[in-house]
Amino acid sequence: MPPQDSASGTPGEVELRPNRLEVDRLLDDPRTRIIVCCGSGGVGKTTTAAALGLRAAERGRHVVVLTVDPARRLAQSMGLTSLDNTPRPVPLPDGPGEGGGSLHAMMLDMKRTFDEIVEAHSDPDRAAQILANPFYQSLSSSFAGTQEYMAMEKLGQLRRADEWDLIVVDTPPNRSALDFLDAPQRLSRFLDGRLIRLLTAPTRVSSRAYLKVVNAWVGMATGAVTKVLGTQLLRDVQTFVAALDTMFGGFRERAEDTYRLLQTPGTAFLVIATPEPDALREASYFVERLSQDRMPLAGLILNRVHPSPAARLSAARSLAAAEALQAAGGNGSPPSMPNDAAADTAEGQRHPLAVTALRLHAERMQLAAAERRLAQRFTAAHPGVPVARVPAQPEDVHDLAGLRQVGESFAAG
Amino acid sequence: MTTIAPGLRDILLTGKAAEATRRKVKGRPVYEAVVMDAPPTGRIARFLNIATEVSGLAKVGPIRGHADTVQGVIRSPQTAVHFVTVLEEMPVQETLDGVAELRGLAPAGLQLGGIMVNMVRPLELTDDQLAAAGAGTLDVHDLALGLKAAGIEDSGPAGNLDLAGSLAVELSEHAREALAQRGQRELLAGVGQPCYELPLITDGMDLAGLYRLASALREQGAA
Repeated sequence: MPPQDSASGTPGEVELRPNRLEVDRLLDDPRTRIIVCCGSGGVGKTTTAAALGLRAAERGRHVVVLTVDPARRLAQSMGLTSLDNTPRPVPLPDGPGEGGGSLHAMMLDMKRTFDEIVEAHSDPDRAAQILANPFYQSLSSSFAGTQEYMAMEKLGQLRRADEWDLIVVDTPPNRSALDFLDAPQRLSRFLDGRLIRLLTAPTRVSSRAYLKVVNAWVGMATGAVTKVLGTQLLRDVQTFVAALDTMFGGFRERAEDTYRLLQTPGTAFLVIATPEPDALREASYFVERLSQDRMPLAGLILNRVHPSPAARLSAARSLAAAEALQAAGGNGSPPSMPNDAAADTAEGQRHPLAVTALRLHAERMQLAAAERRLAQRFTAAHPGVPVARVPAQPEDVHDLAGLRQVGESFAAG
Repeated sequence: MTTIAPGLRDILLTGKAAEATRRKVKGRPVYEAVVMDAPPTGRIARFLNIATEVSGLAKVGPIRGHADTVQGVIRSPQTAVHFVTVLEEMPVQETLDGVAELRGLAPAGLQLGGIMVNMVRPLELTDDQLAAAGAGTLDVHDLALGLKAAGIEDSGPAGNLDLAGSLAVELSEHAREALAQRGQRELLAGVGQPCYELPLITDGMDLAGLYRLASALREQGAA
């Protein structure tokens, strides 16, 4: 029997039950072409994206999973350590299976993806010039927004390639879940904006005041990994801007194209969270934002919940029982009279395991109740959002077997 | 502004902290200690080094002066960099990577402080119970008898056995978690910096919770 929530809430309290998110139905539907996993960092997005991909593949879809920041061991078990920025096949644990599905996976290399854009849109000489430019090199690896922009770009590429019937996208880990939608515009605004073009305006380059201001702005805006001196940096930027010439406007356009892709039918957003205040608050912001931007939300996946298989035993009863057992010295009788002291210590605790089990159970029930309260707040604010709950695993998921277990809890949750 | 210029925000943060350490009233420092929260580990070296990078850009001027002062404070013997982590695979890995990264930075070093292990749940089992629970060899019958002795009579055909079985599942999950955490603890101990543990506080963080954490740190000699 699957673990249940305890029904012993406060009398008169109405518990809002969210609809269950039917993950399998979403995965099986051939109209679902893109699933985007969003949420703040540290909630298990990458593991969830990989688990969704594996389950879909084992149920017959041809899937590609785009990960952003996988844990080392998981990455190794999925063959994600290759550095060529292309999807690689992942052998399914039980072979191709009756459904005949398949799984590919890749880890996003943002710098490589940026290089690919440049190469695709400039002649070889100009491209080489750009790629060698120090300002470009720091921009392509450290500008805030590059990772999100490139994740979107890669998604667009995978969709256009049309080699898979389902793409599952992991998103960069950020404190703010909304960064995935907002950050790409930072890069395109920076590259397509007027400010950067002002740098090509003829001016007395030796003007000290001008140099100081521009150096500071450009250096800070890019994260300033280069150690070059002021005038050289400015020349690098000017060269870069001049070489980019034909690509102007292109960055914004590309970002807008992928954005539109996210609004079309066939795309499903899944918000990932854990039963913790910060994660659920970010999830809430994201749900509201998706609604504003008319992007399709399929539901919330709540990871790391702690339901109890013994929920019919309340925390209060469990704790009281533990205390009674301990006080009675384990033999079930009430605390003895003084002249039984010797007998008492001799008995000692006859059921130490039971005492521990009962105390642990009480803690577990209290944790489950706290988690339920948090989840309730979310559902009260967003009653229409279906929820799937995934129980916490004692160990971290670091291989396909673990991913499959996560996938099974989607179906049960 | 900070959303388009991330480097700028880092400079402002480190600058503000540096300024706070140098603030004086009547010749005496205003603050005995200044503690600064930093961005997640991946960017820590760059975060601490950012002022150096910027000072490389402008040879003279107010930016250079400011950057030099900040670097002076960050690299002084009175500044220590501590790592906060939890006993899970990725945070521990990032801590190990972060420590290695900082140790690899310029010899005119950044002082490494301690590793604070946060949100630690106490282990409730004895070593024997831990071994049995981890191996799935707990005596469920004995547990069922113990429940009865505690005055619990589960309704249903199996009596207390069913309930005992469920509690045994919880015990074994607790044991597996504890064993996994033990492994992570060993990895952290291998780093060679002092480790301190902070208990998990379950009912929301408030001032009382902060005092509890503070006293835990004091007891272990961290502060």
